[in-house]
Amino acid sequence: MIHGLIGKKVGMTQVFAEDGSIVPVTVIQAGPCLVLQKKTAEKDGYDAVQVGLVEKMSHRALTSPMRGHFEKAGANPCRTLVELPYDGEANVGDRIAVDIFKPGDSIDVVGRSKGKGFQGVVKRHGFAGGRESHGSMFHRAPGSIGASAFPSRVMKGMRMGGRMGGSQVTVKNLRIAKIDPENNLIYIRGAVPGGRNSVVVLSFAQNGRRGE
Amino acid sequence: MAEIMKLVEAQQTNREMPDFGPGDTIRVHVKVKEGDKERIQVFQGIVISRRGGGTREMFTVRKISSGIGVERMFPLYSPTIDKIEVQRHGRIRRAKLYYLRNLKGKAARIEEKRKA
Repeated sequence: MIHGLIGKKVGMTQVFAEDGSIVPVTVIQAGPCLVLQKKTAEKDGYDAVQVGLVEKMSHRALTSPMRGHFEKAGANPCRTLVELPYDGEANVGDRIAVDIFKPGDSIDVVGRSKGKGFQGVVKRHGFAGGRESHGSMFHRAPGSIGASAFPSRVMKGMRMGGRMGGSQVTVKNLRIAKIDPENNLIYIRGAVPGGRNSVVVLSFAQNGRRGE
Repeated sequence: MAEIMKLVEAQQTNREMPDFGPGDTIRVHVKVKEGDKERIQVFQGIVISRRGGGTREMFTVRKISSGIGVERMFPLYSPTIDKIEVQRHGRIRRAKLYYLRNLKGKAARIEEKRKA
């Protein structure tokens, strides 16, 4: 069994639980995914499968090495490829879909966060900043970044302004609210990194629980 | 992706709902769970607002219960709503009737809408 799935974020909405309470959910269109390659401990040093998200893609966008890779697997080209762990049986050409998950499963979601551009220390690192009024002349500046003659330099890793977002983010232990195998949709309770249409990788939670 | 979202929301909003709006007097049949028994409770009053769209649409019903004004908000497509009955359509001139909160007795009445 393969322990994950590739999906694309559709957006957020809300659904009603049976008792009428409102559950905020992220809808993800996940899979179906094809196994394209099997990595083994003997050959590659670790066990994993490479899976690709099945979607429409122009053959012209392929480089010839990639074309060969897909031909070897006997699959149509995929834009997104991810390596995932597995246990038991997994073979090239296997298809996985949303039905590997059940409502109530805990999952970890990996995605790329929305880019925020160049941000100051208040937004980027949660610095408190200063007062806006009452004569304060210190608003959103970082303050002191170190001492003087010693060490005569700024310490490595000093938190400052800079590019924020657009990095890989993992959200752990999200619950699956609902599965819609007909439309390949998964409803996940809560938010997931990235914007609409961004690629996310869903896998069983490292330290979560399975099933209802 | 936007089409998929519409599909998802359509699954939530496929319930038939009577046509009602602010100013109308309605009876909301609410499912109430007590222990393991379920019964229906009716909340009757004037709709003073309807807001939001799609699955998020909500409405507010106001009634005077033993001299005290009570307002209750319901999600329109909530599964706890058994049914909605429209008693009377009111003639109103604005979409939100929050001004009723400041009125008492005779002044807080709403005229019935004359049929066109």
